[in-house]
Amino acid sequence: MEPLELAADAPVLGIETSCDETAAAVVCGASTVLSSVVSSQIDLHARFGGVVPEIASRAHLDLLVPVVAEALVSAGLDDREIAAVGATYGPGLIGSLLIGVSAAKALSMVWGVPFVAVNHMEAHLYAALLENPGLELPLVVLLVSGGHTMIVEMRAPGRYRILGRTLDDAAGEAFDKVARYLGLGYPGGPVIDRLANDGDPEAIRFPRSMLDEGYDFSFSGLKTAVINWVRRHPDVAAADVVASFQAAVVDVLVTKVRRAADAVGAKGVAIGGGVAANSALRSASPRRASPMVALVRAEPRDVHRQRCHGRGGGVVPAGPGRSLAARLRRRGVAAVAHLRRVAAALPGR
Amino acid sequence: MLILGIDTATNQVGCALGGHEGVIASVASQRGRRHAESLAPSIEFVLGQADVVLADVGAIAVDLGPGLFTGLRVGIATAKMLAHALGIPVLGVSSLDLVAFAVRLTPRLIVAAIDARRSELYFASYRQVPGGIQRIGEHRIGSPDELASELMASGEEVLLVGDGAHRYREQFAAIPRVELADQGWSAPCARSLVQLAHARALREEFDAGSTVMPIYLRRPDAEINWDTREGRHRA
Ligand SMILES: [Zn+2]
Repeated sequence: MEPLELAADAPVLGIETSCDETAAAVVCGASTVLSSVVSSQIDLHARFGGVVPEIASRAHLDLLVPVVAEALVSAGLDDREIAAVGATYGPGLIGSLLIGVSAAKALSMVWGVPFVAVNHMEAHLYAALLENPGLELPLVVLLVSGGHTMIVEMRAPGRYRILGRTLDDAAGEAFDKVARYLGLGYPGGPVIDRLANDGDPEAIRFPRSMLDEGYDFSFSGLKTAVINWVRRHPDVAAADVVASFQAAVVDVLVTKVRRAADAVGAKGVAIGGGVAANSALRSASPRRASPMVALVRAEPRDVHRQRCHGRGGGVVPAGPGRSLAARLRRRGVAAVAHLRRVAAALPGR
Repeated sequence: MLILGIDTATNQVGCALGGHEGVIASVASQRGRRHAESLAPSIEFVLGQADVVLADVGAIAVDLGPGLFTGLRVGIATAKMLAHALGIPVLGVSSLDLVAFAVRLTPRLIVAAIDARRSELYFASYRQVPGGIQRIGEHRIGSPDELASELMASGEEVLLVGDGAHRYREQFAAIPRVELADQGWSAPCARSLVQLAHARALREEFDAGSTVMPIYLRRPDAEINWDTREGRHRA
């Protein structure tokens, strides 16, 4: 492994192609975003009701060069000043990931700079720092989206410990499944959030799975409980069902992240991922001094895209040399589709 | 002009470097489908063996398939980004042209046939010309039966090459005057790619970077299914 000396403010190009957005950004240090270009394929997938991997891969291959070119031009610096190239190598759609990884390696060869394979989850952690440079470490981060649910302890840049993760469905997946069962449409998060405002969160007491056990999550039982309840009570108000469901999810997430923060002596708590946009989750402030920083405050999809994919998505964390060197992969690395294997590769675990 | 050729259309990862003096370095590895891992180190190895740097390369040649989608996209993403960053042109070449070129030293008609899956072949005919091959007609897609009856009807001496020819060899073996090239010639190779691309580079037949994409043969299944369903609804 080549040694890497990277100045704290060295400009780094990041490439993100893990799902249905082709994104590139140039970032200096922990908080300066020189450029961020995101090309969405949402229109290409909309009629299929979800992301079609083959369509996503074809689009990434067409879009990547123009997106990277624009990110470099609008960063306003010479290509030769780029000190490293990062790309998301997982988790995500394998065919899509490989396009970003291959392109990043090509650039690293031309410029003679290191290629860094970036874990998308790790990028979400860095998105927290980019957004709130004042955040103090150690930090406990709750990552919640349609694809993942985990609690990560961030001790220093590059030093993480996964404290807990979902054993079955991701939180966002539970929202989608409940919304689909109730015929509310897709994606489930925003529609449930909206409808829950008109409902009573205490109308039905849904189970809080594993509330008192460790930091892992399980949402599939909750989803089944919701479906069974609606079957047995066909006349129940949908707003009450979703409000009670949402309350159960938020209760579990907040209880566990709070307990984790206490246990590791965290100076702050951050939430990232699409589900972080949920208003009930955002307003559930912890009963302790540490600030609960909701990273996604406005319209979920755009903001997640902008903050996490555009900026953080492929960003190479420019921290202390040692942690960077630990993360530096030779150009022989491929992409990894599955969260479990990518998470296992998180350094410091 | 020095050309770097990238071929990831099959299970093989191939990379070659060459120019007016022919191929000066090449590497091919069979590691299953791990294109994304092998390609960049292969490129660095070939450059190192030839003692040149990327800045010396004048054009990037890439195999456009048809072939394994994942492999093709790794190769094409790499080729496009290399060409963009170096400010040099791309030359996209079809796998059919490559397998035909490799067996060009014959007076016979060369028919290259690649397995297009779903009981179809992707094929084209070629003749040897000084310094290379010339394609006769367009690339086509059709059933092995269609190709077999065409070969039967033409009555020409034919050298049939490609993995598609071997997959359906029973259909072709009995046709008079048709010989199947050895299976070793079935896969496209990066050496042929560099030679073919060099001839094209001399004629300045470059591709615009934005038009370089895999030869997919078909639209994504999701789109085809969608249209079929829509058609049914309308009917
Ligand atoms: Zn994300």
